[in-house]
Amino acid sequence: MELVTPGVGLIVWQAVAFIIVLLILRAFAWNPIMSALRTREGLIEDSLKAAENAKAEMEQVKMDNEYLMQEAKIERDKLLKDAAEIANKIKEDAKKETSVIADKMIADAKSTIQSEKKSALAEVKNLVADLSLEISEKLLREKLSDDKSQKALIDKFLREVKVN
Amino acid sequence: MGVSLRKIIGLAGLVTLLTFAGLNKSVAAGGEGEEFSPGDMITHHITDDYIWHFFDGHYGTLYLPVILYTDNGLEVFSSSNFYNDDHEQVAFGNYEIDHGHIKTLDGSSVIDISITKNVASMFLSIALMLFVFLSIAKTYKRNPGEAPRGMQSFFEPIIVFIKDEIAIPNIGEKKYQKFLPFLLTLFFFIWFNNLLGLMPGGANLTGNISVTFVLAFFVLIITVASSGKAYWQHIFAMPGVPKPILLILIPIELIGILTKPFSLMVRLFANITAGHIIILSLLSLIFIFESVWIAPASVAFSIFMNFLELFVALLQAYIFTLLSAMYFGAAVEEAHH
Repeated sequence: MELVTPGVGLIVWQAVAFIIVLLILRAFAWNPIMSALRTREGLIEDSLKAAENAKAEMEQVKMDNEYLMQEAKIERDKLLKDAAEIANKIKEDAKKETSVIADKMIADAKSTIQSEKKSALAEVKNLVADLSLEISEKLLREKLSDDKSQKALIDKFLREVKVN
Repeated sequence: MGVSLRKIIGLAGLVTLLTFAGLNKSVAAGGEGEEFSPGDMITHHITDDYIWHFFDGHYGTLYLPVILYTDNGLEVFSSSNFYNDDHEQVAFGNYEIDHGHIKTLDGSSVIDISITKNVASMFLSIALMLFVFLSIAKTYKRNPGEAPRGMQSFFEPIIVFIKDEIAIPNIGEKKYQKFLPFLLTLFFFIWFNNLLGLMPGGANLTGNISVTFVLAFFVLIITVASSGKAYWQHIFAMPGVPKPILLILIPIELIGILTKPFSLMVRLFANITAGHIIILSLLSLIFIFESVWIAPASVAFSIFMNFLELFVALLQAYIFTLLSAMYFGAAVEEAHH
Protein backbone atom coordinates (compact mmCIF):
# COMPACT_ATOMS: atom_id res chain seq x y z
CA MET A 1 0.00 0.00 0.00
CA GLU A 2 2.90 2.26 0.77
CA LEU A 3 3.85 2.16 -2.88
CA VAL A 4 0.59 3.58 -4.19
CA THR A 5 0.04 6.15 -1.45
CA PRO A 6 1.02 9.50 -2.85
CA GLY A 7 3.04 11.73 -0.56
CA VAL A 8 1.73 15.26 -0.27
CA GLY A 9 5.21 16.76 0.00
CA LEU A 10 6.47 15.12 -3.14
CA ILE A 11 3.36 16.21 -5.05
CA VAL A 12 3.85 19.81 -3.99
CA TRP A 13 7.58 19.88 -4.76
CA GLN A 14 7.11 18.04 -8.04
CA ALA A 15 4.36 20.40 -9.21
CA VAL A 16 6.23 23.55 -8.24
CA ALA A 17 9.58 22.37 -9.56
CA PHE A 18 8.15 21.08 -12.82
CA ILE A 19 6.34 24.33 -13.53
CA ILE A 20 9.46 26.37 -12.78
CA VAL A 21 11.62 24.13 -14.97
CA LEU A 22 9.04 24.28 -17.72
CA LEU A 23 8.96 28.07 -17.63
CA ILE A 24 12.74 28.45 -17.48
CA LEU A 25 13.40 25.97 -20.24
CA ARG A 26 10.61 27.40 -22.39
CA ALA A 27 12.03 30.89 -22.14
CA PHE A 28 15.73 30.15 -22.26
CA ALA A 29 16.08 26.81 -23.99
CA TRP A 30 13.17 25.52 -26.08
CA ASN A 31 12.18 28.75 -27.75
CA PRO A 32 15.75 29.83 -28.62
CA ILE A 33 16.56 26.31 -29.81
CA MET A 34 13.42 26.15 -31.94
CA SER A 35 14.05 29.55 -33.49
CA ALA A 36 17.68 28.58 -34.11
CA LEU A 37 16.52 25.37 -35.77
CA ARG A 38 14.06 27.32 -37.88
CA THR A 39 16.76 29.81 -38.85
CA ARG A 40 19.09 27.02 -39.80
CA GLU A 41 16.35 25.26 -41.73
CA GLY A 42 15.73 28.48 -43.63
CA LEU A 43 19.43 28.92 -44.22
CA ILE A 44 19.79 25.41 -45.57
CA GLU A 45 16.74 25.81 -47.76
CA ASP A 46 18.05 29.12 -49.12
CA SER A 47 21.46 27.62 -49.73
CA LEU A 48 19.93 24.70 -51.58
CA LYS A 49 17.82 27.05 -53.65
CA ALA A 50 20.84 29.23 -54.40
CA ALA A 51 22.82 26.16 -55.41
CA GLU A 52 19.95 25.11 -57.67
CA ASN A 53 19.87 28.55 -59.23
CA ALA A 54 23.62 28.57 -59.69
CA LYS A 55 23.35 25.20 -61.38
CA ALA A 56 20.63 26.45 -63.72
CA GLU A 57 22.69 29.55 -64.49
CA MET A 58 25.70 27.40 -65.16
CA GLU A 59 23.62 25.31 -67.53
CA GLN A 60 22.49 28.44 -69.32
CA VAL A 61 26.06 29.72 -69.60
CA LYS A 62 27.17 26.35 -70.87
CA MET A 63 24.41 26.36 -73.45
CA ASP A 64 25.34 29.88 -74.51
CA ASN A 65 28.94 28.84 -74.82
CA GLU A 66 27.98 25.86 -76.89
CA TYR A 67 25.88 28.05 -79.14
CA LEU A 68 28.75 30.48 -79.56
CA MET A 69 31.11 27.62 -80.28
CA GLN A 70 28.71 26.29 -82.89
CA GLU A 71 28.47 29.71 -84.46
CA ALA A 72 32.23 30.11 -84.47
CA LYS A 73 32.62 26.67 -86.00
CA ILE A 74 30.18 27.47 -88.78
CA GLU A 75 31.91 30.80 -89.39
CA ARG A 76 35.29 29.13 -89.51
CA ASP A 77 34.07 26.45 -91.90
CA LYS A 78 32.60 29.13 -94.12
CA LEU A 79 35.81 31.15 -94.04
CA LEU A 80 37.86 28.09 -94.85
CA LYS A 81 35.58 27.19 -97.71
CA ASP A 82 35.70 30.74 -99.09
CA ALA A 83 39.44 30.88 -98.76
CA ALA A 84 39.81 27.59 -100.59
CA GLU A 85 37.51 28.82 -103.32
CA ILE A 86 39.40 32.07 -103.70
CA ALA A 87 42.69 30.25 -103.78
CA ASN A 88 41.36 27.90 -106.41
CA LYS A 89 40.08 30.78 -108.47
CA ILE A 90 43.39 32.57 -108.23
CA LYS A 91 45.19 29.43 -109.28
CA GLU A 92 42.81 28.88 -112.14
CA ASP A 93 43.09 32.50 -113.24
CA ALA A 94 46.86 32.37 -113.08
CA LYS A 95 46.86 29.22 -115.10
CA LYS A 96 44.58 30.73 -117.70
CA GLU A 97 46.60 33.91 -117.97
CA THR A 98 49.83 31.99 -118.26
CA SER A 99 48.48 29.86 -121.04
CA VAL A 100 47.17 32.91 -122.87
CA ILE A 101 50.56 34.60 -122.64
CA ALA A 102 52.30 31.44 -123.69
CA ASP A 103 49.96 31.02 -126.62
CA LYS A 104 50.57 34.61 -127.66
CA MET A 105 54.27 34.16 -127.36
CA ILE A 106 54.14 31.00 -129.41
CA ALA A 107 51.98 32.70 -131.99
CA ASP A 108 54.36 35.68 -132.13
CA ALA A 109 57.29 33.39 -132.46
CA LYS A 110 55.52 31.48 -135.20
CA SER A 111 54.65 34.63 -137.16
CA THR A 112 58.23 35.96 -136.76
CA ILE A 113 59.61 32.68 -137.98
CA GLN A 114 57.17 32.77 -140.89
CA SER A 115 58.13 36.29 -141.91
CA GLU A 116 61.84 35.54 -141.47
CA LYS A 117 61.38 32.46 -143.59
CA LYS A 118 59.56 34.51 -146.24
CA SER A 119 62.20 37.19 -146.37
CA ALA A 120 64.96 34.57 -146.49
CA LEU A 121 63.25 32.77 -149.31
CA ALA A 122 62.76 36.02 -151.15
CA GLU A 123 66.45 36.80 -150.71
CA VAL A 124 67.36 33.36 -152.00
CA LYS A 125 65.08 33.84 -154.93
CA ASN A 126 66.67 37.20 -155.75
CA LEU A 127 70.13 35.73 -155.46
CA VAL A 128 69.19 32.79 -157.68
CA ALA A 129 67.76 35.22 -160.25
CA ASP A 130 70.88 37.42 -160.10
CA LEU A 131 73.13 34.39 -160.47
CA SER A 132 71.06 33.04 -163.35
CA LEU A 133 71.22 36.37 -165.04
CA GLU A 134 74.99 36.58 -164.53
CA ILE A 135 75.49 33.02 -165.75
CA SER A 136 73.26 33.62 -168.73
CA GLU A 137 75.19 36.75 -169.58
CA LYS A 138 78.54 35.04 -169.30
CA LEU A 139 77.27 32.07 -171.29
CA LEU A 140 76.03 34.22 -174.01
CA ARG A 141 79.39 35.97 -174.12
CA GLU A 142 81.45 32.74 -174.30
CA LYS A 143 79.20 31.11 -176.91
CA LEU A 144 80.31 33.66 -179.27
CA SER A 145 83.92 32.56 -179.22
CA ASP A 146 84.24 28.80 -179.00
CA ASP A 147 82.09 25.81 -178.44
CA LYS A 148 84.66 23.96 -176.40
CA SER A 149 85.69 26.83 -174.40
CA GLN A 150 82.05 27.65 -174.01
CA LYS A 151 81.49 24.29 -172.33
CA ALA A 152 84.51 24.69 -170.17
CA LEU A 153 83.31 28.03 -169.16
CA ILE A 154 79.91 26.74 -168.21
CA ASP A 155 81.54 24.13 -165.94
CA LYS A 156 83.75 26.69 -164.43
CA PHE A 157 80.81 28.88 -163.65
CA LEU A 158 78.87 26.05 -162.28
CA ARG A 159 81.75 25.21 -159.94
CA GLU A 160 81.87 28.77 -158.87
CA VAL A 161 78.14 28.62 -158.20
CA LYS A 162 78.54 25.49 -156.13
CA VAL A 163 81.29 27.11 -154.14
CA ASN A 164 79.12 29.99 -153.49
CA MET B 1 34.58 -6.92 -29.81
CA GLY B 2 37.20 -7.54 -27.12
CA VAL B 3 37.10 -3.93 -26.03
CA SER B 4 33.33 -3.72 -25.84
CA LEU B 5 33.17 -6.98 -23.86
CA ARG B 6 35.73 -5.67 -21.41
CA LYS B 7 33.69 -2.48 -21.08
CA ILE B 8 30.53 -4.43 -20.37
CA ILE B 9 32.25 -6.56 -17.74
CA GLY B 10 33.71 -3.44 -16.12
CA LEU B 11 30.32 -1.74 -16.07
CA ALA B 12 28.68 -4.86 -14.68
CA GLY B 13 31.29 -5.05 -11.94
CA LEU B 14 30.68 -1.44 -10.98
CA VAL B 15 26.92 -1.87 -10.93
CA THR B 16 27.19 -5.03 -8.84
CA LEU B 17 29.60 -3.47 -6.38
CA LEU B 18 27.44 -0.45 -5.78
CA THR B 19 24.24 -2.44 -5.60
CA PHE B 20 25.75 -4.77 -3.03
CA ALA B 21 26.78 -1.77 -0.98
CA GLY B 22 23.08 -0.94 -0.77
CA LEU B 23 22.03 -4.48 -0.07
CA ASN B 24 24.46 -4.93 2.81
CA LYS B 25 22.75 -2.17 4.64
CA SER B 26 19.34 -3.76 4.24
CA VAL B 27 20.69 -7.02 5.55
CA ALA B 28 22.29 -5.22 8.43
CA ALA B 29 19.06 -3.36 9.12
CA GLY B 30 17.37 -6.74 9.39
CA GLY B 31 19.44 -7.32 12.49
CA GLU B 32 21.57 -10.21 13.65
CA GLY B 33 19.97 -13.58 13.38
CA GLU B 34 16.86 -12.20 11.69
CA GLU B 35 15.81 -13.71 8.38
CA PHE B 36 16.60 -11.72 5.23
CA SER B 37 13.33 -10.35 3.92
CA PRO B 38 13.51 -9.52 0.22
CA GLY B 39 10.09 -7.82 0.40
CA ASP B 40 11.25 -5.34 2.99
CA MET B 41 14.53 -4.73 1.20
CA ILE B 42 12.82 -4.11 -2.13
CA THR B 43 10.13 -1.88 -0.61
CA HIS B 44 12.82 0.09 1.13
CA HIS B 45 14.64 0.60 -2.17
CA ILE B 46 11.73 1.68 -4.30
CA THR B 47 9.85 3.89 -1.87
CA ASP B 48 10.58 7.40 -0.76
CA ASP B 49 12.68 8.04 2.34
CA TYR B 50 13.69 10.87 4.63
CA ILE B 51 17.34 9.93 4.34
CA TRP B 52 19.50 9.20 1.32
CA HIS B 53 21.58 6.14 1.97
CA PHE B 54 24.62 5.59 -0.27
CA PHE B 55 26.77 3.13 1.70
CA ASP B 56 27.23 1.91 5.25
CA GLY B 57 29.32 3.83 7.71
CA HIS B 58 29.30 7.15 9.36
CA TYR B 59 29.39 9.26 6.18
CA GLY B 60 27.37 6.95 3.94
CA THR B 61 23.99 8.47 4.70
CA LEU B 62 22.71 11.90 3.80
CA TYR B 63 20.15 13.12 6.36
CA LEU B 64 17.71 15.28 4.45
CA PRO B 65 15.74 18.14 5.99
CA VAL B 66 12.24 17.49 7.29
CA ILE B 67 9.81 20.33 6.68
CA LEU B 68 6.42 20.13 8.41
CA TYR B 69 3.53 22.53 8.20
CA THR B 70 1.63 22.17 11.46
CA ASP B 71 -0.90 24.14 13.46
CA ASN B 72 2.05 25.92 15.07
CA GLY B 73 3.48 26.98 11.68
CA LEU B 74 6.49 25.70 9.82
CA GLU B 75 8.87 23.28 11.51
CA VAL B 76 12.22 22.40 9.97
CA PHE B 77 14.69 19.89 11.40
CA SER B 78 17.11 17.22 10.21
CA SER B 79 15.84 13.72 9.58
CA SER B 80 18.81 12.44 11.61
CA ASN B 81 16.63 13.15 14.65
CA PHE B 82 14.53 10.12 13.70
CA TYR B 83 17.48 7.78 14.04
CA ASN B 84 19.41 6.77 17.12
CA ASP B 85 23.10 5.90 17.24
CA ASP B 86 22.41 2.34 16.07
CA HIS B 87 20.55 3.65 13.02
CA GLU B 88 17.19 2.54 14.34
CA GLN B 89 14.05 4.55 13.80
CA VAL B 90 12.81 6.45 16.85
CA ALA B 91 10.18 9.08 17.46
CA PHE B 92 11.23 12.73 17.63
CA GLY B 93 9.16 15.13 19.66
CA ASN B 94 5.58 14.79 18.58
CA TYR B 95 6.48 12.98 15.33
CA GLU B 96 7.28 9.48 14.21
CA ILE B 97 7.81 7.77 10.87
CA ASP B 98 5.03 5.29 10.23
CA HIS B 99 5.14 3.26 6.98
CA GLY B 100 7.34 5.85 5.33
CA HIS B 101 5.19 8.84 6.22
CA ILE B 102 5.50 11.23 9.17
CA LYS B 103 2.63 11.04 11.66
CA THR B 104 1.97 12.98 14.85
CA LEU B 105 1.84 11.02 18.08
CA ASP B 106 -1.17 12.96 19.36
CA GLY B 107 -3.10 12.59 16.11
CA SER B 108 -3.15 16.29 15.11
CA SER B 109 -2.94 17.07 11.41
CA VAL B 110 0.39 17.81 9.76
CA ILE B 111 1.35 18.60 6.19
CA ASP B 112 4.66 17.04 5.31
CA ILE B 113 6.64 18.94 2.66
CA SER B 114 10.04 17.50 3.54
CA ILE B 115 12.92 17.35 1.11
CA THR B 116 12.80 13.59 0.82
CA LYS B 117 15.16 11.39 -1.16
CA ASN B 118 12.89 11.69 -4.20
CA VAL B 119 12.62 15.47 -3.91
CA ALA B 120 16.39 15.76 -3.58
CA SER B 121 16.84 13.47 -6.57
CA MET B 122 14.36 15.55 -8.53
CA PHE B 123 16.27 18.73 -7.72
CA LEU B 124 19.41 17.00 -8.94
CA SER B 125 17.75 15.99 -12.20
CA ILE B 126 16.34 19.49 -12.64
CA ALA B 127 19.78 21.00 -12.12
CA LEU B 128 21.13 18.57 -14.70
CA MET B 129 18.37 19.42 -17.17
CA LEU B 130 18.84 23.15 -16.73
CA PHE B 131 22.59 22.80 -17.15
CA VAL B 132 22.30 20.62 -20.25
CA PHE B 133 19.61 22.54 -22.09
CA LEU B 134 20.65 26.05 -21.16
CA SER B 135 24.19 25.33 -22.33
CA ILE B 136 22.81 23.80 -25.53
CA ALA B 137 20.68 26.89 -26.09
CA LYS B 138 23.78 29.03 -25.60
CA THR B 139 25.64 27.00 -28.21
CA TYR B 140 22.77 27.59 -30.63
CA LYS B 141 22.98 31.32 -30.05
CA ARG B 142 26.76 31.35 -30.37
CA ASN B 143 26.88 29.42 -33.64
CA PRO B 144 23.75 30.37 -35.54
CA GLY B 145 23.19 28.35 -38.67
CA GLU B 146 26.13 26.04 -38.02
CA ALA B 147 26.10 22.27 -37.73
CA PRO B 148 25.53 21.03 -34.17
CA ARG B 149 28.53 19.97 -32.11
CA GLY B 150 29.18 18.16 -28.85
CA MET B 151 26.22 17.79 -26.53
CA GLN B 152 24.13 19.75 -29.00
CA SER B 153 24.55 17.08 -31.66
CA PHE B 154 23.40 14.40 -29.23
CA PHE B 155 20.22 16.19 -28.14
CA GLU B 156 19.27 17.92 -31.36
CA PRO B 157 18.01 14.77 -33.12
CA ILE B 158 15.90 13.95 -30.05
CA ILE B 159 14.45 17.45 -29.87
CA VAL B 160 13.76 17.39 -33.61
CA PHE B 161 12.24 13.93 -33.29
CA ILE B 162 9.82 15.12 -30.60
CA LYS B 163 8.90 18.10 -32.73
CA ASP B 164 8.58 16.33 -36.08
CA GLU B 165 7.43 12.85 -35.08
CA ILE B 166 5.43 13.44 -31.90
CA ALA B 167 4.14 17.01 -31.76
CA ILE B 168 3.41 17.85 -35.41
CA PRO B 169 1.71 14.60 -36.51
CA ASN B 170 -0.47 14.39 -33.39
CA ILE B 171 -1.32 18.02 -32.71
CA GLY B 172 -1.08 19.51 -36.17
CA GLU B 173 1.16 21.95 -37.97
CA LYS B 174 -0.82 24.98 -36.78
CA LYS B 175 -1.10 24.45 -33.04
CA TYR B 176 1.83 22.29 -32.03
CA GLN B 177 4.07 25.20 -31.05
CA LYS B 178 2.02 26.01 -27.97
CA PHE B 179 2.48 22.48 -26.61
CA LEU B 180 6.02 21.77 -27.71
CA PRO B 181 7.83 23.25 -24.66
CA PHE B 182 5.68 21.14 -22.34
CA LEU B 183 6.23 17.99 -24.37
CA LEU B 184 9.98 18.54 -24.52
CA THR B 185 10.22 19.24 -20.79
CA LEU B 186 8.02 16.23 -20.04
CA PHE B 187 10.05 13.89 -22.21
CA PHE B 188 13.42 14.92 -20.87
CA PHE B 189 12.20 15.05 -17.27
CA ILE B 190 10.92 11.48 -17.48
CA TRP B 191 13.92 10.21 -19.40
CA PHE B 192 16.53 11.87 -17.19
CA ASN B 193 14.84 10.66 -14.02
CA ASN B 194 14.36 7.14 -15.40
CA LEU B 195 18.09 7.00 -16.06
CA LEU B 196 19.01 8.58 -12.73
CA GLY B 197 16.79 5.98 -11.05
CA LEU B 198 18.85 3.23 -12.65
CA MET B 199 22.07 4.65 -11.21
CA PRO B 200 23.28 2.83 -8.12
CA GLY B 201 21.97 4.74 -5.12
CA GLY B 202 19.52 6.63 -7.30
CA ALA B 203 15.98 7.37 -6.19
CA ASN B 204 13.01 5.71 -7.83
CA LEU B 205 11.45 9.03 -8.76
CA THR B 206 9.53 8.21 -11.95
CA GLY B 207 8.42 4.98 -10.24
CA ASN B 208 6.74 7.04 -7.55
CA ILE B 209 3.00 7.49 -7.86
CA SER B 210 3.12 11.09 -6.64
CA VAL B 211 5.42 12.14 -9.47
CA THR B 212 3.51 10.36 -12.19
CA PHE B 213 0.31 11.72 -10.69
CA VAL B 214 1.54 15.30 -11.03
CA LEU B 215 2.72 14.76 -14.60
CA ALA B 216 -0.57 13.13 -15.59
CA PHE B 217 -2.51 15.85 -13.79
CA PHE B 218 -0.70 18.52 -15.83
CA VAL B 219 -1.59 16.65 -18.99
CA LEU B 220 -5.24 16.56 -17.90
CA ILE B 221 -5.26 20.29 -17.05
CA ILE B 222 -3.66 21.26 -20.35
CA THR B 223 -5.98 18.97 -22.30
CA VAL B 224 -9.12 20.42 -20.74
CA ALA B 225 -7.83 24.00 -20.80
CA SER B 226 -7.03 23.88 -24.51
CA SER B 227 -10.07 21.87 -25.55
CA GLY B 228 -12.15 23.22 -28.36
CA LYS B 229 -15.73 22.79 -29.44
CA ALA B 230 -15.03 19.61 -31.37
CA TYR B 231 -13.59 17.94 -28.27
CA TRP B 232 -16.74 18.45 -26.22
CA GLN B 233 -18.93 17.65 -29.18
CA HIS B 234 -17.23 14.27 -29.32
CA ILE B 235 -18.09 13.71 -25.68
CA PHE B 236 -21.67 15.00 -25.47
CA ALA B 237 -22.88 14.56 -29.02
CA MET B 238 -20.80 12.07 -30.88
CA PRO B 239 -21.70 12.69 -34.51
CA GLY B 240 -23.54 9.86 -36.21
CA VAL B 241 -24.56 8.11 -33.00
CA PRO B 242 -28.28 7.59 -32.23
CA LYS B 243 -29.69 9.51 -29.26
CA PRO B 244 -30.41 6.51 -26.95
CA ILE B 245 -26.86 5.23 -27.28
CA LEU B 246 -25.59 8.69 -26.33
CA LEU B 247 -27.06 8.07 -22.87
CA ILE B 248 -24.55 5.27 -22.40
CA LEU B 249 -21.80 6.95 -24.33
CA ILE B 250 -21.72 10.27 -22.48
CA PRO B 251 -20.83 8.80 -19.08
CA ILE B 252 -18.19 6.60 -20.71
CA GLU B 253 -16.67 9.56 -22.51
CA LEU B 254 -16.74 11.66 -19.33
CA ILE B 255 -14.92 8.94 -17.42
CA GLY B 256 -12.57 8.69 -20.38
CA ILE B 257 -11.37 12.24 -19.73
CA LEU B 258 -10.00 10.98 -16.44
CA THR B 259 -8.96 7.46 -17.40
CA LYS B 260 -6.60 8.70 -20.08
CA PRO B 261 -4.31 10.62 -17.70
CA PHE B 262 -4.89 7.92 -15.08
CA SER B 263 -3.46 5.35 -17.48
CA LEU B 264 -0.49 7.63 -18.06
CA MET B 265 0.10 7.83 -14.33
CA VAL B 266 -0.13 4.07 -13.73
CA ARG B 267 1.81 3.05 -16.83
CA LEU B 268 4.92 5.04 -16.01
CA PHE B 269 4.77 4.22 -12.30
CA ALA B 270 4.26 0.50 -12.87
CA ASN B 271 6.83 0.10 -15.62
CA ILE B 272 9.64 1.82 -13.77
CA THR B 273 8.85 0.29 -10.39
CA ALA B 274 8.52 -3.17 -11.92
CA GLY B 275 11.93 -2.86 -13.51
CA HIS B 276 13.48 -1.93 -10.18
CA ILE B 277 11.68 -4.78 -8.41
CA ILE B 278 12.91 -7.33 -10.94
CA ILE B 279 16.56 -6.26 -10.66
CA LEU B 280 16.39 -6.20 -6.86
CA SER B 281 14.62 -9.57 -6.77
CA LEU B 282 17.28 -11.15 -8.92
CA LEU B 283 19.98 -9.90 -6.59
CA SER B 284 17.94 -11.00 -3.55
CA LEU B 285 18.20 -14.56 -4.79
CA ILE B 286 21.82 -14.62 -3.59
CA PHE B 287 20.70 -13.84 -0.06
CA ILE B 288 17.66 -16.06 -0.15
CA PHE B 289 19.78 -19.07 -1.14
CA GLU B 290 22.57 -17.86 1.14
CA SER B 291 25.07 -19.04 -1.42
CA VAL B 292 27.65 -17.05 -3.30
CA TRP B 293 27.45 -19.59 -6.14
CA ILE B 294 24.09 -18.25 -7.18
CA ALA B 295 25.70 -14.84 -7.68
CA PRO B 296 26.98 -15.26 -11.27
CA ALA B 297 23.52 -16.18 -12.52
CA SER B 298 21.85 -13.41 -10.53
CA VAL B 299 24.35 -10.82 -11.67
CA ALA B 300 24.14 -11.95 -15.29
CA PHE B 301 20.35 -11.68 -15.22
CA SER B 302 20.38 -8.33 -13.48
CA ILE B 303 22.90 -6.99 -16.02
CA PHE B 304 20.56 -8.09 -18.76
CA MET B 305 17.67 -6.43 -16.93
CA ASN B 306 19.70 -3.26 -16.51
CA PHE B 307 20.20 -3.01 -20.26
CA LEU B 308 16.51 -3.71 -20.77
CA GLU B 309 15.71 -0.96 -18.26
CA LEU B 310 17.92 1.49 -20.16
CA PHE B 311 15.68 0.83 -23.14
CA VAL B 312 12.49 0.97 -21.03
CA ALA B 313 13.63 4.33 -19.63
CA LEU B 314 13.60 5.80 -23.12
CA LEU B 315 10.54 3.91 -24.25
CA GLN B 316 8.37 5.03 -21.32
CA ALA B 317 9.43 8.65 -21.75
CA TYR B 318 8.50 8.34 -25.43
CA ILE B 319 5.14 6.70 -24.72
CA PHE B 320 4.17 9.24 -22.07
CA THR B 321 5.05 12.11 -24.40
CA LEU B 322 3.39 10.53 -27.41
CA LEU B 323 0.12 9.85 -25.59
CA SER B 324 0.12 13.34 -24.09
CA ALA B 325 0.56 14.77 -27.57
CA MET B 326 -2.33 12.64 -28.82
CA TYR B 327 -4.60 13.88 -26.02
CA PHE B 328 -3.62 17.49 -26.78
CA GLY B 329 -4.25 16.79 -30.44
CA ALA B 330 -7.74 15.51 -29.68
CA ALA B 331 -8.42 18.59 -27.53
CA VAL B 332 -7.47 21.14 -30.19
CA GLU B 333 -8.88 19.16 -33.09
CA GLU B 334 -11.18 21.12 -35.34
CA ALA B 335 -14.52 19.79 -36.44
CA HIS B 336 -14.20 18.03 -39.77
CA HIS B 337 -17.40 16.02 -40.00
